[in-house]
Amino acid sequence: MLTVKNLHVKAGNQEILKGVDLQVNVGEVHAIMGPNGSGKSTLAQVLAGRESYEVTAGEVIYEGKNLLEMAPEERACRGVFLAFQYPVEIPGVGNAYFLKAALNAIRRYRGLDELDAMDFLPLFKEKMKLLDMDDRLLTRAVNEGFSGGEKKRNEIFQMAVLEPRLAIMDETDSGLDIDALKIVANGVNGLRSPERAIIVVTHYQRLLNYIIPDYVHVLVDGRTVKSGGKELALELEDKGYAWVEAEAQTAMPAQA
Amino acid sequence: MNAVTEVQDSYLESFARFENGAAGNGAGWLRSIRRAAIARFSELGFPTPREEDWRFTNVAAIAETSFSLPQDGRVDPGPQALEPFRFSGSACSQLVFVNGRYAPALSWLRPLPGGVQIGSLAQTLADAPDFLEPYLARYADYQHDAFCALNTGFMEDGAFVRIARGTVLEEPIYLLYLASAAAPTITHPRNLIIADDDSQATVVEDYVTLSGGVHFSNVITEVVVEENSVLSHYQIQRESAEAFHVSTLRIQQGRSSSVTSHSVLLGGALVRNNIHPVLVGEGGDCLINGLFMATGRQHMDNYMKVEHASPHCGSRQFYNGILDGQSRGVFHGRIIVHKAAQKTDAKQTNRNLLLSGEAQIDTKPQLEIYADDVKCTHGATIGQIDEDAIFYLRSRGIAETSARDILLSAFAGESLERMKLEPLRKHLEALITHWLPRRKLPEVAR
Repeated sequence: MLTVKNLHVKAGNQEILKGVDLQVNVGEVHAIMGPNGSGKSTLAQVLAGRESYEVTAGEVIYEGKNLLEMAPEERACRGVFLAFQYPVEIPGVGNAYFLKAALNAIRRYRGLDELDAMDFLPLFKEKMKLLDMDDRLLTRAVNEGFSGGEKKRNEIFQMAVLEPRLAIMDETDSGLDIDALKIVANGVNGLRSPERAIIVVTHYQRLLNYIIPDYVHVLVDGRTVKSGGKELALELEDKGYAWVEAEAQTAMPAQA
Repeated sequence: MNAVTEVQDSYLESFARFENGAAGNGAGWLRSIRRAAIARFSELGFPTPREEDWRFTNVAAIAETSFSLPQDGRVDPGPQALEPFRFSGSACSQLVFVNGRYAPALSWLRPLPGGVQIGSLAQTLADAPDFLEPYLARYADYQHDAFCALNTGFMEDGAFVRIARGTVLEEPIYLLYLASAAAPTITHPRNLIIADDDSQATVVEDYVTLSGGVHFSNVITEVVVEENSVLSHYQIQRESAEAFHVSTLRIQQGRSSSVTSHSVLLGGALVRNNIHPVLVGEGGDCLINGLFMATGRQHMDNYMKVEHASPHCGSRQFYNGILDGQSRGVFHGRIIVHKAAQKTDAKQTNRNLLLSGEAQIDTKPQLEIYADDVKCTHGATIGQIDEDAIFYLRSRGIAETSARDILLSAFAGESLERMKLEPLRKHLEALITHWLPRRKLPEVAR
């Protein structure tokens, strides 16, 4: 479904990703872990199409097509979804209005009929219930004045409504208390499906107790330095990132 | 003799002809006000940017253009031509003015409750000049404002609205001003709105260009809101990109009166929008709300002068500007709190979005406070469209142009939300939505 090969990315003059490789097949859940500044969030943003980053080498193939050539909205219409680490507040734009506009844009792209107001409400209410969200958040402006937990739940709510093929979750767990974390994880687990792949970007192993990944990758200094099964996350929890960082250090001269 | 003084003299000649014509038959008080006003105009001349109140707006283009008064032969655009400009949101009386003159054949008057008078100022001046004497030209200051002096010198027609004591008019009164002329034409619409004690009404002024090129609408609206009355005033300015438009809304507020003024400025090459409420009675309250959207080389200057002259009055100013292309916006927010106006609560907020690197805004608060127990706050922001928000919307499948329009509509929506009359708000929403695609979209910063 998604193949990332030797991806190099710059922000301004600074090289952030220096060779990332990743193979994600449909139905799988991948965790990408790594210390602060390792490039995890950059990878997530580049996959969603953030234009402030410059891809200097490598390729990203999504369902047989060059993902990097697509505008962010085209990626979304083809099923890529990013749950933001820091969801953006948009004053004056109602949450329900926004989500209707998004869902209809995606439906139009796929040649489906647009839904009208009568169709949306039951759909929205059903999905909100799964995430234990207050209905009133629908009429409020997108993320404006939402608590940290409400913002993260709102991301998963959008994901549940838009039903992406490839969901990328950028540190969705950070800043959540354990109850909110469980709700968010339940929401994500509800979306696990043989038709869908999920990439969970996280700093902490804690989330992976609730969203059990099929594969774990470790990113250090812009490179994928280690990949393995779910037990790799536990090993990291035990030994910390210093261990893989040290391994990466020793590996580096050989690559240079 | 330079172009400006030549043009100025031509106004005086034009006034002499005006006075020798129809205007010569008017009431004595009216003729003497006109004469005093034109004399004052001759002394003042058009303002220059050397004057503090005109620092950011150069009216040379107006001062140097030789405008003529519309020809006497009535222009009849026919009802079809008006269709696109009609307000169809709800049933209401609509008065149409063509080149400043009331056009009864194009106007619709609905059955009105007793105590409501709606008609043309010219007719009222002919029928009941004595009634108008204590109101007309008693509030808008022609001693210090050349445009007001010019309007007052040539005042002849416009809308006259009077809501008698205790009368509540639910439907809005819609006043549509059409400009239609080939040669550069000047019109001086003069409106007088009187809301007697305990009354309530909504009046809309809508200025449009029907056809033709350069024209100059020099508008004065005097509004007298007596004790405990509620008045909503809307002005829509959507004239052509060649039009000049200078207007003054002068509001006199009595005790415990409540006024809302909403302005939506979309058209015009050079626009000056003066809003001047004076809170003369205790416990009065006003909301001054506005939205200006300029593109190309449009220049829009909003000059607020909110005068607190009595204790316990409140005023709120909210102006939002969206500037694209090489347009220029001005927000000059003056609040004057007189010595007697203790417990004044005045607030002013001006928010601006610049959509291009060449668009410009000058925003200037000016607080003059002579009382010692008051609350006055002001704030202004200038910013670009939030690129993070654009990315967020795009990442959900919304195309870039739609994402920009959504954010602009939301910004404009802050102003629209304050408009309580739903059919009018929807009408304005539609006008703004129509305006959005005409903008040149800025290049995305990559």
